[in-house]
Amino acid sequence: MLQAIAFYLLAAGVIGAALGVVSARNPVHSVLFLITAFFSAAGLFVMMGAEFLAMLLVVVYVGAVAVLFLFVVMMLDVDFAALRQGFARYLPLGGLVGIWLTIEMVFVSASVARDGAAGKVAGGPQAASGDVTNIETIGRVLYTDYIYFFQAAGMVLLVAMIGAIVLTLKHRQGVKRQNIADQVARTPAKGMRIVGIKSGEGIEA
Amino acid sequence: MTIGLGHYLGLAAILFTIGVFGIFVNRKNVIVILMSIELILLAVNINLVSFSVFLHDVVGQIYAMFVLTVAAAEAAVGLAILVTFFRNRGDIAVDDASMMKG
Repeated sequence: MLQAIAFYLLAAGVIGAALGVVSARNPVHSVLFLITAFFSAAGLFVMMGAEFLAMLLVVVYVGAVAVLFLFVVMMLDVDFAALRQGFARYLPLGGLVGIWLTIEMVFVSASVARDGAAGKVAGGPQAASGDVTNIETIGRVLYTDYIYFFQAAGMVLLVAMIGAIVLTLKHRQGVKRQNIADQVARTPAKGMRIVGIKSGEGIEA
Repeated sequence: MTIGLGHYLGLAAILFTIGVFGIFVNRKNVIVILMSIELILLAVNINLVSFSVFLHDVVGQIYAMFVLTVAAAEAAVGLAILVTFFRNRGDIAVDDASMMKG
């Protein structure tokens, strides 16, 4: 009973916040609704017993992705009211397609949940066993069977990071920058000049 | 009453649809479109985790982790493209972005 109450509260949080994301007038409000949706989804993951994924969701999505969105929304000086044109025009068709998609997917989900492979596994949801925690289970599989996928995920993140830097890096004209190669290539022969000064004569500049 | 797999799948279906709906109605606002894509990926993650839990197979959670990785990379690159686009055009209206139509 308590589990049902918690599920419906968190599910209402997720769906309400998602509706807020797509319908808020101010994009800053959209980002805040997105954070709410991620938090509620993290609560659902904890309910299911996937604690590691829940914490990952909070750290990665709320801590990194949503803050990145917030930065960009606040940095760009855009007339967001003009971007909302067409909202009312696409609302009927979008709503129709959405309702149709929901009906279809809910029916498929219901039949999968009742007659699919998950119904044949005994014991209902995975019980958190006392000796092996969720994160330990994930680690045992991730670092053995899926080690190459894990490293490929690291490469994806590296490429995305370099790509984002390359896309947004801008060289301003007229700003002095440090050039390490020039500094390293500097030799005594290029860097200084020995002048013999005779007494009584000046030095030419 | 107990909460079964069907409840989680239904929730994920509704969340996925809201994401698709967001792409439909916010056609001009790229930032909201990117956020709708994040919602869709969250729905996919809920599906993966609930199947993983109810099938007693942890591989689903590992796959959800990879989806999370790709979502983070996609958001970073998408927003970088958006910032560059804004610098070049002074606006982020995507339906005007037909310069390269040829």
